[in-house]
Amino acid sequence: MKEIPLLSEISEEGRETISLPNDIEFSPYKELPKELLRENLPLPQISEVEIVRHFTNLSLRNFGVDLGFYPLGSCTMKYNPKINEDLANLPGFTKLHPYTPEDLSQGALQIIYELEKLLCNITGMDRFTFQPSAGAHGELTGLLIIKAYLKDKGENRNTVLVPDSAHGTNPASAAMAGFKTLEIPSDERGLVDPNILKNYVNEDTAVLMLTNPNTLGLFEKDIEKIADIIHQKGALLYYDGANLNGIMGYARPGDMGFDVIHLNLHKTFSTPHGGGGPGAGPVGVKSFLTPYLPKPVVDFNGEKYYLNFNIPKSIGRVRSFYGNFSVILKAYIYIRLMGEEGLKKTTEMAVLNANYLKEKLKAIFYLPYPTLCKHEFVLSCKKQKEKGVKTIDIAKRILDFGIHAPTIYFPLIVEEALMIEPTETETKYTLDNFVSILEEINKEIEENIEIIKTAPHNTPIKRLDETLAAKNLKVKWE
Amino acid sequence: MPYFPHTSKEIKEMLDFLGIKSIEELFEDIPKSIREKARKNFKLPEALSEIEIYKKIEEISNKNTGKDYISFLGGGAYYHYIPPVVKHIISYPTFYTSYTPYQAEISQGFLQAMFEYQSLICELTGMEVANSSLYEAGSGIAEASLMAHRINGRKEILISKGVHPEYREVLKTYINGMKLNYKEISLDEKGETDLNILKESLSNETSCLIIQSPNFFGVIETKLKEISELLHQNNSLFICSVYPISLGILKPPGEYKADIVVGEGQCLGSPLNFGGPYLGIFATKREFIRQIPGRLVGETKDLEGKRGYVLTLQTREQHIKRSRATSNICTNEALTALATTVYLSLLGKKGLRKVAELCYDRAHYAKKRLLESINTLELTYPSYFFNEFVIKLNKPVKTVYQALKDKKILAGIPLEKFFPERDKELLLAFTEMNTKEEIDYLVKSMKEALE
Repeated sequence: MKEIPLLSEISEEGRETISLPNDIEFSPYKELPKELLRENLPLPQISEVEIVRHFTNLSLRNFGVDLGFYPLGSCTMKYNPKINEDLANLPGFTKLHPYTPEDLSQGALQIIYELEKLLCNITGMDRFTFQPSAGAHGELTGLLIIKAYLKDKGENRNTVLVPDSAHGTNPASAAMAGFKTLEIPSDERGLVDPNILKNYVNEDTAVLMLTNPNTLGLFEKDIEKIADIIHQKGALLYYDGANLNGIMGYARPGDMGFDVIHLNLHKTFSTPHGGGGPGAGPVGVKSFLTPYLPKPVVDFNGEKYYLNFNIPKSIGRVRSFYGNFSVILKAYIYIRLMGEEGLKKTTEMAVLNANYLKEKLKAIFYLPYPTLCKHEFVLSCKKQKEKGVKTIDIAKRILDFGIHAPTIYFPLIVEEALMIEPTETETKYTLDNFVSILEEINKEIEENIEIIKTAPHNTPIKRLDETLAAKNLKVKWE
Repeated sequence: MPYFPHTSKEIKEMLDFLGIKSIEELFEDIPKSIREKARKNFKLPEALSEIEIYKKIEEISNKNTGKDYISFLGGGAYYHYIPPVVKHIISYPTFYTSYTPYQAEISQGFLQAMFEYQSLICELTGMEVANSSLYEAGSGIAEASLMAHRINGRKEILISKGVHPEYREVLKTYINGMKLNYKEISLDEKGETDLNILKESLSNETSCLIIQSPNFFGVIETKLKEISELLHQNNSLFICSVYPISLGILKPPGEYKADIVVGEGQCLGSPLNFGGPYLGIFATKREFIRQIPGRLVGETKDLEGKRGYVLTLQTREQHIKRSRATSNICTNEALTALATTVYLSLLGKKGLRKVAELCYDRAHYAKKRLLESINTLELTYPSYFFNEFVIKLNKPVKTVYQALKDKKILAGIPLEKFFPERDKELLLAFTEMNTKEEIDYLVKSMKEALE
C-alpha cells in the first residue's frame, strides 16, 4: 500500500483555507511593538477537501472496537453505546463554559452530583472527586490524599507496597507522590499471600495498592485478611479500579476494606478510548478521608447544586476546572441505561466470556493459573517460544486476521504473557472464531513458521522497526 | 438490553462447556461475606430505555441555560469557532474506538496523526520536540516543573503570579509530593512579572521559572527575552505557558529560547464542555527529549523499507520504567490532540493568524468602546493585551454582574472568585465568536447598570 503523505507534504504556499469574517479595525500589526510579533507562522496550507481525504485515509489505517474484536487485556475495550455520544454532544453541555455561574449550569452540576451518588453505591465508598483525568492521575490524587492524611496524624510513612503483578502506573504514581515503592512477590496462586505480606508491612508502610481482580484476572481471595494486616499496622489500602468490570454487583471495594479507590470511567463505564484518551479517573474515599479531597466538590443544598470550596484540609487541585466532564456525563448515561440489573449482567457476561475463552485456549497455550478468572486471564506462549516464535510474533500474526492482539508481555511475572480481556459485548461466535484463529496460528508454527515470524502480512504496513525509531529519533517532520 | 449479544441458548452452551450450572458459580472465588454485602448494598435505579434517557438528559442539559448567554468568559477556556470538519473526523469509528497504539501496524492512522500533531505543535511554539499530549495545562505545568527538577536537580520552583490561579494550585499540589519548594513572583503595576523581584529571587537552588503570556489577566509579558537570559545565566530553566491561539500573531516561545512550553489546547478545536476533556500541550528542546513525560511518536521503517510510525522512547514510560518513569501518565488526551491536528491543518498559516487578529480586534474594540462610553471605568493594567483584559468598576461588581445577567450577558469572570479582595474587577475575554453588535450591547448594558 502507498504511503500517505504528511500534511507538510501536501501543503502549497498561497492556498486559501478557512473562511472567516473580514471586519478587522484594530490590527496587532499596527498597534503592538514589532518585537512582540511573530514574523513567520510555518503552518501548512491545505484545502478542506484534501484535509478530509487525508484524515479519512488515515482512519482507514486504524483499528477500533467498531471494526472488530479488541481483546486488549486490562483496557476493557467494550462496545460503547452510540447514544452516549449524541447526548454528550448536546449544546447544553458542549457550549457550557466552566466558569458559567452556578445558577446557569445546574444541569452539569446535577450530573456530577448524581454520578457521585451512583458510584458511591457501586463501589461502597463515601465521596468522590472528579478532577483526575485518567487512572494514573487518580492514583496520584489518591496517594496525595493518603499522604496528607498521614501527615495530619503526625505520621511520616514513606513506603508504598505494590504486588509484582501491578500496573506500571502504580509504582510510577507512588514515585510522583514522593513515596518509595516496595514490590511484594505474588504466590504460586498468582495472589498476594497474607503470610508473605506480613513480612513487608511495618511502621513505614503508608499504603498497599491493589487491583482486585488483579492483573492476572484473579480475585484476591484473602482481601479481608490483607485489609486487616494493613489496617492493623496503621497503613491504608488503595484500590486500582482498572478491573472493576469483573466484579460489579458481586463485590464492592468499600466492603473489601479499601480506603481509597480510583475508577477508570472510560473502561468500565464506557467511553470510546479515542486512540489513547480522554478518560476519567475519579477518586473515591471513605468518610475519614473526605477532608483531604481536592476542591471543589459538588454539593446540593436542597434547592441548588453548588461547587463547595470549603475543604480546609484539601490537598488542593490536581487539575484545572472539574475534570473531563463529557466522560463523566457518558458514564452517568451508561449507568442509567444499564441500571442495577444491567451493570451486574455486564460483569456476568464479561466473566462468562473470559472463562469460556480461557478454557478453550488452554488446549493451545500454557495457562499458568488454571483457576476461575474474572473478566480477563493471562496465558503464556512459552511452549510456542520453545518452537521458535515469540509472543510478539503471535500477536503480529493475529493482526492478519482482522483482530486486535491481546496485551503482551504484561503482567511481568508471566513469561511470554498474552493477556486477554474479551469484555461482555462480544458474542460466542466472535470468541469461537478467535479460538479457531489461534488454533490455526499454532498449527502454522509446525507448518510454516516463517509466516508468523514475518507477520503481519495483511496490514497496510509490514512489521515496523522500533529500534530504528529510537535510534534515529525523528519525532517531527523536517 | 441491546448491548449484551448473548442469547439464553448461547449462555447455556457456554455454561455447559465450563461444566457449571449457573453464572453465580463463576463468582465463587469471591468470599461469601463480600458477595453478601454487595447483594445487600448494591442498589441502583432501574434501567432506563434509550427514549427515556434521551428525554432525561435533554432536560438536564436544558438546565445549563448559560449556553444561551452572550458570553465574555475566558480565563483559560475559550469559545472559539470549530470548523465542522473537526468533529466529523474525530468521530470516525476507527479513530474514536481505538486505544493507545500498542500494535503499530494496525494503528498507522492515529500514529501518523500524532506525528503530525507533534510537528504542528513544534511549528506553532517554535520548539524542537512535542509529546503527543498531557491532560490539560495545569498538570502540564506541574509535569514541566518536575522535568526541570529532573534535569538540574534543583529544588525551588518559581512561578509568576500571572499564571492562572488554578494552574498554580495544581503545581502546588504536585510538588508537595516531591518536597520541592514553591515561590510566587508578584506582578508589577503594569501586570507583568516583576523583574526586580525575580532577580532577587534567583539563587543556585532555582530550578525553573514558569511564566504565562498572555497572563491570566490578559497582559502580554514584554520582557520574556530578558527573563530568559536571566534564567539561563543562572542555569535555571524557563517554562512558558501559552494561549496557543495568540501564537497566530505573537512571537513563539522558541524564539526567546524557552526550555519547555506548555499550554491549554482546548482553544484549538475542542468545545468548552464545562471544563474537559481539554488538552495539555507540551514541547521542549531536543536535548531534553529523554526527560519528556508522556507518549512520543517517532518515524521508522517497516520490513520493506516503507515509512511508518511507532511509539518511541517507551523506556521513559511507566509500563517499562515503573517507579523510575518520567511520569505516571498512561491514558492521555489523544482524541483532543487529533482534533487539534485537524483544526490547525484546516486553519493553516493564514487562518490561525486571522483568528488571532479577530480576537485581538474584538478585545480592542471593546476596550475602546468601554472606556469612551463609561468614564467611571478604568483598566487595571494599562498594558499590551491580546484578547482579554481586566476592568475596574467604581463599585463592587456583584450587582452589575447580576444586572447584565438579567440581560443575558455573562460579563466575564469576577476576579473576586479567585482574589476575594478584588471585588471591583472583571476579567473580560473576546474571541472571533463575539460580534461587534454583541460588544456594543455589553457596553450599553454595562453603562446602564453602572448609572
